Amino acid sequence: MVPFADLPATVRQPAVGRQRDGSSPPPAVSVERVSKRFRLPHEQYSTLKQRVLHPRRSRTFSELRALEDVSFDIAPGEFFGIVGRNGSGKSTLLKCLAGIYGVDNGRVDVRGRLSPFIELGVGFHPELSARDNVAINAIMLGLTRKQALERFDEIIAFAELEEFVDLKLKNYSSGMSVRLGFAVAIQVDADVLLVDEVLAVGDASFQQKCFDEFDRLKAEGRTIVFVTHGMDSVRRFCDRAMLLERGNLVDIGDPEEIAAKYAEVNFGTVGDDGPSAAPGTPRARITRTWCAAAGGPVPEVGDDTVTIAQGDDCVACMEVELHDALEDPVFSINFRNDVRHTIYVARSDRGGPTGSFAAGDRATVRFRFPNWLGPSVYTLTPSVVTSDGRRTLDQRVDAVTLRVEAPRFSGGVADLPTEIEVERS
Amino acid sequence: MSAGVQPAPVAAQSRGPSALGGDLRRALSLTWMLAVTDFKLRYFGSVLGYLWTLMRPLMLFGVLYFVFTQVIRFGEGVPYYPVYLLTGIVLFTYFSETTTGGVGCLMARENLLRKMHFPRIAIPISVSLSALFNLGLNLVAVFVFAMISGVPIRMSWLQFPFLVLLLALFAIGFAMLLSVLYVRFRDIQPIWDVVLQITFYASPILYVVSKLPAEYVREMMAANPIATILTQMRHAMLDPGAPTAAEAIGSEVRLLIPLATIVAIFALGLWMFKREAPRIAENL
Repeated sequence: MVPFADLPATVRQPAVGRQRDGSSPPPAVSVERVSKRFRLPHEQYSTLKQRVLHPRRSRTFSELRALEDVSFDIAPGEFFGIVGRNGSGKSTLLKCLAGIYGVDNGRVDVRGRLSPFIELGVGFHPELSARDNVAINAIMLGLTRKQALERFDEIIAFAELEEFVDLKLKNYSSGMSVRLGFAVAIQVDADVLLVDEVLAVGDASFQQKCFDEFDRLKAEGRTIVFVTHGMDSVRRFCDRAMLLERGNLVDIGDPEEIAAKYAEVNFGTVGDDGPSAAPGTPRARITRTWCAAAGGPVPEVGDDTVTIAQGDDCVACMEVELHDALEDPVFSINFRNDVRHTIYVARSDRGGPTGSFAAGDRATVRFRFPNWLGPSVYTLTPSVVTSDGRRTLDQRVDAVTLRVEAPRFSGGVADLPTEIEVERS
Repeated sequence: MSAGVQPAPVAAQSRGPSALGGDLRRALSLTWMLAVTDFKLRYFGSVLGYLWTLMRPLMLFGVLYFVFTQVIRFGEGVPYYPVYLLTGIVLFTYFSETTTGGVGCLMARENLLRKMHFPRIAIPISVSLSALFNLGLNLVAVFVFAMISGVPIRMSWLQFPFLVLLLALFAIGFAMLLSVLYVRFRDIQPIWDVVLQITFYASPILYVVSKLPAEYVREMMAANPIATILTQMRHAMLDPGAPTAAEAIGSEVRLLIPLATIVAIFALGLWMFKREAPRIAENL
């Protein structure tokens, strides 16, 4: 027998755990201190001549740390979201879970049957008809030929492609082939499904269908690990979510919180996490934050809601106490709108370094800007970050609420002063 | 709680950590399916379809036949020389198809390798399998041609499947080896093209070994298992008077050299493939 032993040694797939007693079941997926690095040679040597001529040079490479010491568990039946920016390691993690990549350190344990694919329509061939492609795809996903044939009608009906069964896939629209891919994928008999960005395409009615299908899978108790950029689907489906940033696990927990954090990492420049308590971190404290129309009175302490008309100059101010000596700290105020998107970040480092501060110093940082924000409600989050931006010394999430009023709503998040010229000819 | 609604046959599969058993079945159906799809697609869109699988070796045969019987008169005194020539070309075509297919097969299936977990070996094996389908079709043509030429059917024809098996092992060994080497070194492709050309002329396809000096034949047969296979094929299929492989190479014991080469190439290919398999996806 040919040993098909490409399964990395660290990926084991023990039997389905069925706990009949009351204790909590063992996790469906457990990831323990997983690290994954990619070697990126400085010069790509892919011919023998180069290798022979420069035997030594080929050894210089930089390492891309795709995943650093990531650990988490996923309970059976859980709907687990993985979010993060591009290049944060989501897809690498998913590939490690699927056993497509071996891990460098740590272990990945998956209980139950694991769906082997991470993308819809893997192996679809444009020259073949939908009929052939369904058979191929279903077999790739682990169904037998017989099962594939039995479920064919069901698959086609779900994808709503009855009229196009014998059309070559290359004549399908991209939405149609995604529908077909999804219809096949949900047929796979797996306990743990891994899905990478599935809901990006498809029209509204099909998306609704996919959502319903997810609800069904969820009701059946399947475990689904799901990578996405869509915070709506995270909020809607996930029981828990995880945020990755540059290969590190930033946070794991309630989807709402993770979605909010994701928005911050994605759009804001506030630190990756809250005030770090690591020993040796210099201490600073934001004592007060306020916002007011320029020239107007400073609001009373405790009055942290302010309304400012669009077009007026505006001052946002933060007062900071420094408990330790600090070089060039960066003060910033992050303005987020009602849907938690960062619209504007006022940062002290735009004006150059802030200089040295001694322990016990106080700083009042004023940002004055013309208020061309669109009419909405904004929340201001002040933070103090070290000069390299790596550590957040203090942060007050949503310390102040700012309401911007304007005679009309233009539709944008900002109404930049604009000269309008309409030329007739 | 995690099983959900599952038909019985699949539930059995989810039983054990012996992923090999389940994976083996899947690997086999995957390999088969990849091979069939590949075969279907190969001549897709061309008017004559499957006929092209026959046309290529037949055209080559036509040219070589003309040159070596009418111009150079190479095959003089060789019984059924045209049949021998055609069989040799068809078998060599199988070898060349499997190995050249093997070189680029991982690249060609990059999308699968990066997006799905499956036994990697399905890819080179499916390439060989699809070449084997071709060989089967071509052999039908060879058989018809042999019948027309009046080659008598003999019991020793039963050796033929065994000879094809040896050739297949040799070819698949190279396919596995070359596929993973190509991921690392892109110049495997031109190198292999040259090696194949040399092998074509270093194998008794255009000529028969009995026309060459015996000591030269011995070395050639030891170095090139394809020469051994073709020589034995001539003896078994076409001309009982022709030397057997053992006679041509000198002794039965010396016959172990080409056999050992075949096994060694297969083992080396398998070992290299297994070694590289976990990292193919990231090295592509």
